[in-house]
Amino acid sequence: MAKSFRDVLKSDKFVITSEIGPPKGTNLDSMLHHIDILKDTVDAINVTDHQSSVMRFPSLGGCLYIKEKGAEPIMQMTCRDRNQMALQSDLLFAYARGVRNVLCLTGDSIVVGDHKDAADVFEMDSSQLLRTVRQMEAGRDLGGNELDGGVEFCAGAIVTPEADPLEPQLIKFEKKVEAGAEFIQTQAIYDLENFAKFMEYARQFDVKVLAGIVLLVSARMAKFMTENVPGIFVPQSLIDELAAAPKGQALSKGIEIAGRMIATLKDEGICDGVHIMAIGKEEVVPDILAAAGINGRH
Amino acid sequence: MKSITKQKSLEEIQQQLVGLDRVYIIGCGTCTTMTRTGGRDEVLEMKERLQGMDKIVTGWLVTPTACDEMTGAALVHANGAIANASCVVSMSCAMGVQRMAGYLDKPVLPALDTLFIGLESSPGDFHEICAQCGHCLLGYTAGICPVTACHKHLLNGPCGGTDSGRCEVDKDKDCAWTLIYKRLKQQGRLDVMRRYQPVKNSQVVPRPRIMRVD
Ligand code: SF4
Ligand code: SF4
Repeated sequence: MAKSFRDVLKSDKFVITSEIGPPKGTNLDSMLHHIDILKDTVDAINVTDHQSSVMRFPSLGGCLYIKEKGAEPIMQMTCRDRNQMALQSDLLFAYARGVRNVLCLTGDSIVVGDHKDAADVFEMDSSQLLRTVRQMEAGRDLGGNELDGGVEFCAGAIVTPEADPLEPQLIKFEKKVEAGAEFIQTQAIYDLENFAKFMEYARQFDVKVLAGIVLLVSARMAKFMTENVPGIFVPQSLIDELAAAPKGQALSKGIEIAGRMIATLKDEGICDGVHIMAIGKEEVVPDILAAAGINGRH
Repeated sequence: MKSITKQKSLEEIQQQLVGLDRVYIIGCGTCTTMTRTGGRDEVLEMKERLQGMDKIVTGWLVTPTACDEMTGAALVHANGAIANASCVVSMSCAMGVQRMAGYLDKPVLPALDTLFIGLESSPGDFHEICAQCGHCLLGYTAGICPVTACHKHLLNGPCGGTDSGRCEVDKDKDCAWTLIYKRLKQQGRLDVMRRYQPVKNSQVVPRPRIMRVD
């Protein structure tokens, strides 16, 4: 049985989380395979919630399979698809089935996804969802009614340390911490100097910060991300390093880069842990950790 | 303030007109004239298009303001030609359509889709700036509406998709929260942005929304 994620966060351990994306459909083979790979490697596994507004098997469903396999799930919950009634009700069900960690997100826009005509909800934002979790823990729902049997969650949120402009993002970050976020998983970071500066600021707050590590699999991907994904900056030196990798070796170069970054973050004590997003290449997460000099969960 | 509209496709207009061959066309002299979707020129164009579909156009009219109760009088005036038609095709916004449908005993069919209530910020440039949410927050957001100007109507600051002042859904749209932040900062009022905004009341006036002024 895995240690509870909150206990891991409270320990001095360098925390490692990763994530899986549920399938579009009911063929769960690859999701279950990814859970098997990650369950003894990382401290907790995030399950994405219709990531990029693409309709999929639910996050809560993925979390239940992770529980079944004896690992710690982090249920990602966006405010895009559910109003306050549905979000609260899913929190009740998740708690009753042993899910104890929730990552509160606003969610991507409907129009970037694969149901472009669908209604979006966004009745709440991430900080309001965090407060909802805390209010339910205090025994009352958002309507002010008493709950018969409460909930308790280790709740987290995200931040984009490379956002432009940065200050409004930091104001939101502080609102999330005030709302009760215990941990923060960041958007992908690649420039460790910039990130160390962000951490100097974030260290003032009582919240654990896990740096987002997105595996780069080619120079092209790195260039695309830095040019097109909001809040992601990949330094030219990393793009060059990937481009210089011999043919067929770009993936192992990406693993090496991710491992090196994790090792620096850990050895220099820059942040409290990492959140590894391998986006479809979950089977190499153990290799990334090996490249970082970290073997196994403990 | 204008009702912003866009013409429906001819196919859809034709679908609505199945079985209705004699048509009277009514445009509006206010909003749809401004947006060039239902003024005199567009009404005359529609007349030709409908004739091209083998419809008989018994007459046409551009009322000064279709949603106004004065429209009742204009309809009485045009009574003969309307009586000759099997339906009215309206080139006003949906408020005008409903106003006319209340006065006439024949079908009133919209030729336009009503998109939003907007303000003309520069000539030809219409923006939705208030969604009539029922509880105004402009006092906390430097006079920029987070409910309408932010794609996700967020109340507590920007989402993670904001990019160099642009919105994640469209690089041609400003991120409302970057604008709000900049204006509050300039006013030395960033503390207002730090204040938590609770979830909005979605039922300030439950639908259908009605207000009685005595
Ligand atoms: S908050 Fe926005 S939508 Fe609501 S009344 Fe004010 S301007 Fe209109
Ligand atoms: S980018 Fe800005 S305007 Fe667009 S949804 Fe996010 S916060 Fe709202």
